[in-house]
Amino acid sequence: MTAAGVPNPRTTRQGDQAINPLGGRPVKVPYASWFLRSSVLLPLLVASAFLLTWDGIVRLSGSELFPKPLDVWWGLGELVKKGLLLKYVVASLFRVTWGFTLAVLVGVPFGLLLGWSRYAQEAFNPLIQAFRPISPIAWIPLAILWFGISDAAPIFLIFLASVFPILVSSAAAVKSVPTVYLRVAQNFGLTRSQLVWRVILPATLPQILTGLRITLGVAWLVVVAAEMIAVNSGLGYLIIDARNAGKRYDLVVAGMVVIGLIGWLLDLLMRLAERFQALKWAYGIRHE
Amino acid sequence: MSEPAQGNAPSNDLGQAAVAVRDVWMTYSSPEGADIRVLEQVNIDVQQGEFICIVGPSGCGKTTLLNIIGGFQAATRGEVLVSCKQVHGPDPRRIFIFQEGSVFPWLTVRENVGFGLSNQARTERERTVQHYIEMVGLSGFEAAYPRELSGGMRQRVEIARALAADPEVIYMDEPFGALDFFTRLKMRTDLLRIWKQHRKTVLFVTHEIDEAIQLADRVVVLSRRPATVQLVVAVDLPRPRDPDSAEYLQMRLRILDAIGVSLRTGLVSEDAAG
Repeated sequence: MTAAGVPNPRTTRQGDQAINPLGGRPVKVPYASWFLRSSVLLPLLVASAFLLTWDGIVRLSGSELFPKPLDVWWGLGELVKKGLLLKYVVASLFRVTWGFTLAVLVGVPFGLLLGWSRYAQEAFNPLIQAFRPISPIAWIPLAILWFGISDAAPIFLIFLASVFPILVSSAAAVKSVPTVYLRVAQNFGLTRSQLVWRVILPATLPQILTGLRITLGVAWLVVVAAEMIAVNSGLGYLIIDARNAGKRYDLVVAGMVVIGLIGWLLDLLMRLAERFQALKWAYGIRHE
Repeated sequence: MSEPAQGNAPSNDLGQAAVAVRDVWMTYSSPEGADIRVLEQVNIDVQQGEFICIVGPSGCGKTTLLNIIGGFQAATRGEVLVSCKQVHGPDPRRIFIFQEGSVFPWLTVRENVGFGLSNQARTERERTVQHYIEMVGLSGFEAAYPRELSGGMRQRVEIARALAADPEVIYMDEPFGALDFFTRLKMRTDLLRIWKQHRKTVLFVTHEIDEAIQLADRVVVLSRRPATVQLVVAVDLPRPRDPDSAEYLQMRLRILDAIGVSLRTGLVSEDAAG
């Protein structure tokens, strides 16, 4: 309770038995305060304020080209009606799925090897460190040269963007496996493959999953850039096409909104995967 | 009762001991290039089924010695024989129990205990696992993950995992060091009960003299670094041992004296090695 006797929405929940510091019986916290602190109302307020400000600024500036929020909404409707939205979303997700999956298949095992073997690390590290800072965007001309205007080009770019972060995080995960686990494995006479499957992989899984979640965000960033140049479908293509074909900035922004929402959704899904694993052992509750 | 230190002379009955440490020396190189002598001329003979505790001042090299005996580290000089065969590395017939945190958090109690039994048939494995879970008093927690257990319970899982593999020798490196006082007392009692059922050969490293006298058939006292065997005390008192008995207290004093700790001041005297 605050000094004024108003429940503090930060510290009390719905129905909590708050302790009155002045003594006396616990006080029931009113439902209104739960609504105030709930994860629905405040974000909604902020988002509404953002949309209103956007709308106001566009009206004040008198811009003909830049869309108001409602124009974007109608633009979205138009894309749905033409069947373009679903088609482009599927195209983009298809490329991300392939590029990312390939990167996982290459990056995780190779990263584990790099983390495990000092020789592999020493041999490959300079090459990896030199390739890593090259933006995937810089690879676009080569991707088009090698793969032409096809799905393979953006898939290749997404692969490049994802594989290095996955490599690095997987290698780091192996290095942080406690020595004592390896000693136990050695003591029980595990073979090399048993060591990998029964100790290294489960021990590194939480860290690898976190690495994958962050990397998927990067992959989603890259697919849009790749589609602007290397193909003629997908959300990135939608944005560049809407601008080039008729200065349809309402569709440009609509595309951006969809990209944002899907990126958010992908992150939520990866968090769910992390939590599924975590529920089982990594962050379980201890009973002393 | 007790015998004078004979640790420094290799015994003649080669091959009789379950574990024989023969003239082991260990020297590290410090980053500055100086030699750090950790172990010098360590000789220990452990009989089949014997419970040996190794005590010594902290930082004296107890853990290094046990790592060498267990095969995790190579000695600079000397050798370790188990059943007359030289040790070249860790082996499932000799299981090491660590201080803490070596149960696998991604496996349940049941899976942890069965970790070393993957080559057994399923029904046999399940029977073995259940047997040892009951023995260490973890019935009802078979499906629990280590995070859900207390420190003492996790240490029990580790003991069960070691026993389930049916080793000839068990090495324990301060296994109860991270536990609270009461849990530690309970774990000692339970360990003795389990040991009496199996009579495995046990080498148990601890820095607690009372723990050593309560558990061991013989207590091997190491000197300060470079560590060598300072004294071997045979504890022929019936278990459970009364810590107030005259013999017990006398042994305690002898060991403290050998380590060179003054009970009154708690200080390590400089001429203790003599």
